Amino acid sequence: MVNTLTIAKRQFRSYFNGPVAYIVIGVVLTLLGVFFWNTFFLFGRATVREMFTLLPIFLILAAPAMTMGLIAEEKRTGTIELLITMPVRDAEVIVGKFLGVLGLYAVLLLLTLPYPMSVSTLGHLDWGPVWSGYFGLLLQGGAMLAIGLLASSWTDNQLVALFLGAAICFAFWIVDRFLPFLPTAAASVFEWLSFDYHFRSMARGVIDTRDVVYFVSIIGFALAMAFRSLESRRWR
Amino acid sequence: MSDVMIEARELSKQYGSVHALQNVSFSIRRGEVVGFLGPNGAGKTTTMKILTCYLAPSSGSATVNGADVFGDSLGVRKSIGYLPESTPLYTEMRVSEYLQFMANMRGIKGPEALKRIATVAEQTSLTDVLHKEIRHLSKGYRQRVGIAQALVHQPPILILDEPMSGLDPNQAHEIRDLIRDLGKERTVILSTHNLAEVQVTCQRVLIIAKGQIAADDTPDQLRARAGKPRFAVTLAKGDAAMEESRFRQRARELLSALEHVEAVEERSAKEGELTLVVVPKGFDDLRSAISKALAQEGFVIMGLSQEGEDLEQVFRQLTVGASAASTPGASSGKGA
Repeated sequence: MVNTLTIAKRQFRSYFNGPVAYIVIGVVLTLLGVFFWNTFFLFGRATVREMFTLLPIFLILAAPAMTMGLIAEEKRTGTIELLITMPVRDAEVIVGKFLGVLGLYAVLLLLTLPYPMSVSTLGHLDWGPVWSGYFGLLLQGGAMLAIGLLASSWTDNQLVALFLGAAICFAFWIVDRFLPFLPTAAASVFEWLSFDYHFRSMARGVIDTRDVVYFVSIIGFALAMAFRSLESRRWR
Repeated sequence: MSDVMIEARELSKQYGSVHALQNVSFSIRRGEVVGFLGPNGAGKTTTMKILTCYLAPSSGSATVNGADVFGDSLGVRKSIGYLPESTPLYTEMRVSEYLQFMANMRGIKGPEALKRIATVAEQTSLTDVLHKEIRHLSKGYRQRVGIAQALVHQPPILILDEPMSGLDPNQAHEIRDLIRDLGKERTVILSTHNLAEVQVTCQRVLIIAKGQIAADDTPDQLRARAGKPRFAVTLAKGDAAMEESRFRQRARELLSALEHVEAVEERSAKEGELTLVVVPKGFDDLRSAISKALAQEGFVIMGLSQEGEDLEQVFRQLTVGASAASTPGASSGKGA
């Protein structure tokens, strides 16, 4: 547990020693600014629902960009070997890395707080759905980060990790939009699998345990797979 | 507590169909500095990766400081300080931050960590660069950071994979002295393909070739296997009074007439020079006799050296020989 936090802390700090964190946060906030205010005054309603629609789309690329280096880069430079031969368990390494990037993501979310704050000065903003939406964003983002981490554990090439991670996140996002083309039985399964299906109600202000369980399961599953992938080096 | 710090039993490792290691057994005692010597791809790194629990052997087992690499891999890792090949470091961190992180990972916290960092920085002469980012350091300094990291928890065992590769002679010299110093109170394994390093740093050499142990001995013993020393003397032909063939013949006669000389051979030399190799009957040092005899006759000696005294020949014999003689499955594990 202590080791996990040590790894998380180092990971979090190292983000700010390199360009990736600044670029990702900068690009996401810029895009959000452009698209959010673009439509905000068209609707003329004091709501940040639009932000909760936009951010998950940006995250399809932003989350894997944050995670791409987590393991792939350590494999490329060889630092993973030193890290793993410390008296730590492989699982602690994976969870530590995940918490580190989750910290960076939390910073990103904090930096979007000026949006609801400024909207609340323009009109009456219902803060309930805002908080539940943020909670949902944290969960969905966490799931995407875990998937990105998994992709990063498959390769020693950051770009490959980025594209694999983005492709999987995109699949979880797009699947919801293809439902009309699928047979009914399959449609309900795929709908249940999609991020959006579970996030939607949270963005409206409803926190359902099943949605929380869904995201937490995705996170757990992806991290467990990443653990297996890291561990497999020993036996190859 | 037994005196054996590392015990490898019949270690084998396969990568797909490639046998990286075959039935390697050895044991290393407390306080030994052991060199793993072998050509690239011989299995040195694989052996180290197994001992540090980065890889699992395909078969066989190993015990490090009483802990089994399978049963108690965390225990193994606690007793080891490890410098992997090519010194991987988090280059974006400052040296002090990095050492702090490594100390924390080893469960050393707070003021104790600072104290240890100060100590290892002193030991590895890093004190002046503690505040610098690792990416701005030279190769020699990075190597020292790698070693400092391996020392921070005062492990009884150090495993260093090619600690001196890529260093200039001065840097290599410093690191060598450091390792020798560390070896006074610790068990050290280092790998290299450089024979000179082994000769000065290690008390014992394991020559690994084709995934097997080809020799396990002290550098002196191995050197003895190289056979007799030879002496090469280079003469200037500048003396116009003597024509070429007479000059050569006279020099050979002189040398052959010396005591304890078995044969004199000629070797190709630069224009205007003549190089003769003297093969002695025994192990005597004939250098002074050679130079005296030649000087008396007015020969101008451009160089005189003793050859064949290093490990290079043994190494070549053993490693090349192993490839010719190796039969799959033959046990060459010659553990102590």
